Formats: sequence, structure tokens, C-alpha cells
Amino acid sequence: MVVVAVAAAFATLSAQAPRHSVGRPPTPEEMRDLGSAIAPDGTGLPDGSGTVGAGRELFAAQCARCHGPDGEGDVGARLVGGEGTLATPRPLKTVGSFWPYATTLWDYVNRAMPFDRPGLLEPSEVYAAVAYVLNLNGIIDEDLVIDAKSLPNVKMPNRDGFLADPRPDVR
Amino acid sequence: MKHVRIRPNRRQLLQMGAAVGGSLVAGREALTLAATPRSLGEPVGPYGERSPFETSVRWRRQSQTSETGASFTPIQDSVGILTPSALHYERHHAGIPPIDPATHRVIIHGMVDRPLSLSMDDIRRLPSVTRILALECGGNSAGEWRARGGADVQRSHGLLSGSEWTGVPLSLLLAEVGVRSDASWIIAEGGDACRMMRSIPLAKAMEDSLLAYGQNGEAMRPAQGYPLRLLNPGWEGNTSVKWLRSLKVTDQPYMARDETSKYSDLMADGTTRLFTYAMEAKSVITFPSGGQTLPARGLCELTGLAWSGLGRIERVEVTTDGGRTWVDAELQEPRLPQALTRFRLPWRFDGQEARIASRAVDSTGYVQPTRQALIAVRGMNSIYHYNGIKVWQVRADGSVTNAEA
Repeated sequence: MVVVAVAAAFATLSAQAPRHSVGRPPTPEEMRDLGSAIAPDGTGLPDGSGTVGAGRELFAAQCARCHGPDGEGDVGARLVGGEGTLATPRPLKTVGSFWPYATTLWDYVNRAMPFDRPGLLEPSEVYAAVAYVLNLNGIIDEDLVIDAKSLPNVKMPNRDGFLADPRPDVR
Repeated sequence: MKHVRIRPNRRQLLQMGAAVGGSLVAGREALTLAATPRSLGEPVGPYGERSPFETSVRWRRQSQTSETGASFTPIQDSVGILTPSALHYERHHAGIPPIDPATHRVIIHGMVDRPLSLSMDDIRRLPSVTRILALECGGNSAGEWRARGGADVQRSHGLLSGSEWTGVPLSLLLAEVGVRSDASWIIAEGGDACRMMRSIPLAKAMEDSLLAYGQNGEAMRPAQGYPLRLLNPGWEGNTSVKWLRSLKVTDQPYMARDETSKYSDLMADGTTRLFTYAMEAKSVITFPSGGQTLPARGLCELTGLAWSGLGRIERVEVTTDGGRTWVDAELQEPRLPQALTRFRLPWRFDGQEARIASRAVDSTGYVQPTRQALIAVRGMNSIYHYNGIKVWQVRADGSVTNAEA
């Protein structure tokens, strides 16, 4: 009741004030716990960096048991190949052939991988894993260091393959 | 019962003859039955279970791990327009997190004037709304593109459920935090292990998105996002992020894995449609449907479900002759926008083969297309957002099969 009364008082003080006055500002700890969602322009990418070489080692240790030693897929999704198949009767949608943004790979590895222990990897390990998978697909050279600056500039092969929803499209 | 109290003497018995003798025999039987005590039923209990004679369950599609994958609602056994919470379809990406509502918080942040951290008590204190809504997975009926939809309607259409949802309009909370004028998207993130994330246009959030905590008269089930989920009426289920923990207001979509590489629609020419959120009008006959057998010739009530993510169901037509003629089915009231609508049609099965199908029309005037019409425009690689007319084949012996398999 006290909160309601305070809310009512606020409403008379300022039209800009919240009407219900529920909750409280998030604590710094809560904001840290949220982690970081990554936008395609790189917003949210943390400090750190990774090389293809470091990613190769990390992949063998953490990723290969599900995705195969060369990302060819097993229990986990296939990560390589499929270029030129999207317009065929058997499209193969992989990071290389389909995903429009390299930042999405960082975001997804960071939030959801490894499957049984998501959240395990440090930012530099995520950068390294991303560098290796991009290199496996021939998208970046062996010597490119992936970090918050270089990752958003990686052009994915299917970057321009996505269109807005035109529906209703069937009559 | 009166005769059991009569104690006739021997002469009366002789005069009464055989018929009365028969009734005395009956009287002895009645005495015997009356002497059989009945057992008491089950005691009064704290939380109900369905009858042990009811065995309808979800179908679990095989998946790579037990924490990922989907289970399908047995819509062939459903009546009315609601799905029992225990039979609501499931689709999980990293298992069902065990969340204590006493410690759960949702944080609204990003391009806002007053970021907020809200407890479940905070949420439940706010003005609520309740809506009956259909929820359909974007990948429901995915097998139909290639005519591999499965033998029955549970497998072909069971990623579909109807519930009464209660929650707080997201627009109310966005007013609380003060969304900046240059914001246009909201990034919603779940509390499952993989922190499932989707980008939602701010316009949808302001229109009718809910932060839901109630389902069918009680707290929603853990598998549905307990204690709190985003609910986007009429949109593919994946956008209704479960176990909601974060809403970040931004000026761009984040191109999450589950909106670019998944839940996007690959066309025949190799281009892909992005952010195909709404589930267009669709219907399916649930009786008679694949795997069922008509009990006998003669009258049977044909029934099914229709729904549209874009409005109300205005009309459902049914054909029993493979599409040559269509008749209007009766629509059960109330017909609620973006909810399941049940249709019914009395039909006489005369032992002749029949191809039966339903066709929905929604309040935008949109007519559910044929599978052929869908494929002509989109090809067969789309996976998602299939809403074609579903044809069942009734055989002369009354058994029903998937006509397209």
C-alpha cells in the first residue's frame, strides 16, 4: 500500500514518472550476470581476441566430440560446407553456406556452447573458436586475429541472401 | 421391493402359481445384490489426475539429445479449444531449467530511461490481462512441404496448443522504463542453459505482447517457461521466449542464431525470408484423421481446429469429395482472434472412399492455400510456416490415412 501511495504521489509530481513504480534498478551484479548479447555491428563484443591456431586446439578439446574433428557434424550440427546448395533440392545450411553474420556465431557459441556446459568459455576462447570455424569454411585466412574490431567486418558468403517477409504471398 | 416384505403362506403360494414363483426367485436375487457392499472411491485429494482409462499423451520426436527436441500435442483426442497444460506441445533447446520464482527476476534495460529489475511479486502486482490464444511452433507441419508429414494429425500438426494465458502487457512495463524515441527492437532472452534469444520489433511489444505467468487457471508449467515467459499472440512459438530473464531495448535486431539460421524460410531460389513471425490461417480435420478408423457406416461428426495468427476465423469449409465441392462447417463460439476455433460438420460415411479436407478463412480475408499453391510460390525447402490444406484419405473400410504420403 505504501508503494501504491508513493506511485500516486509521483504521478501528481511528474507526468514522466512511471505509473506503477514497481521493481528497482538492476544491480551491477545483475547486469554482469546478464552477460552480453551481440549485435551484428559488434555492439556487446567484449575485450579479448583469438587466433585460428588457438581455435584449432580449443575445437579439438571442446567441440569436435559433437561437431566432428573438422566440423563435418555428428551429434552436433555440421559447421562447414554447403556452398552453392541453397537453391538445390538438398540445401545444406551451415555457418559457411547460410549464416549471414559472423557476430551471430560469436553470440551463439558464447551463450549456448558447449552444449552440455554453456557459459564455460572465456571471451578469448570464444573468439578463437569462431576464428577456427570461419577458417574451416575458408571465410578468413589463417593469420587473421578475431576480436571486437575485426569480427563485425567479416563478410559472410550468404550475407546478402536474406529478404524481408513479403507475406501474404500465396493466393 | 415391496414383495420382499411379503411372507405368503403355503396356500397363497400355490394359488399364485408359477409366475409368482418366478418373482420370488427374482426377489432372492435382489436380496443377494443388496447384500454386496460397494467400495468407497478414491479419497479427496490435493491435486487432480485424469482417469486411468485416459491414455492420450504427447508424442516425442526422436532427437539427438534428451534436452533438445519437441513433443507433440495429441490434437486428435482434444475437444473444445483448450489444450490441457500437461499436453501442451514442447520445444526445448537446452532442457527445462528449474527456476525458483522467489529468486527469479526479469531485467528491462538498454535504450530506456529507467532500467528495471522486477521480481515475480512485482510482476503479479501489476494490472493483468487474460487471453485465450493458440500457440504454434514455426516448424509445425514442416514435413508437409515434402509430403512427409507423418501418418497422423499429432505428428503432422501437433506442435499446436491452445491455452488461456494470464500476464502483464509488455507495453505497460515499457511505459514504466521509458523507451527512448530512437529505439525499435527488443532483444528477449530466456533463462534456459542456452539462453535462447530472439529479436522482437518494438511495434509488436507495444501492440499485444504479454509477460505471462498464468496458464489455464494456474501458474504455467515449467516446460512452458515457469515462472515467466514472453507471449507474442499469433506469432511462431519460438518468439515467445520462455523462462524470460532479460528484455534489452535496442535500435536493431541482433540476428540471433534462432532467427537467422533457424526459423527463417529458405525459398527455392536460394534466398531466405527473415523475421517471418506471424502464423497464417490454417486448419486441419482432427476426426476422422490419419490412423483413426470410423466406427461404423452412417452419421459421424467430422471435426477439427482452425486458427490464424492474424485475426479471427471467419469461415471453415470442408470437402469430402477431394475438393470438388465445399460446404461450410459450423464454428464453435466463441471465435477469438489468434485462438483455436473448433469446427464441426455432420457427415454420412457410406462406405465409399473419400478424400476429406478443411479450408480456413480469417478476418483479413486470407484463404488457407493448398499445398500445391504454397510450393508454387515458396518451393519445398522452407521448413517453417507451412499452412497448406491437409487432405485425409478415408478408405472404404473406414480406416483413415495421410492422403499425401
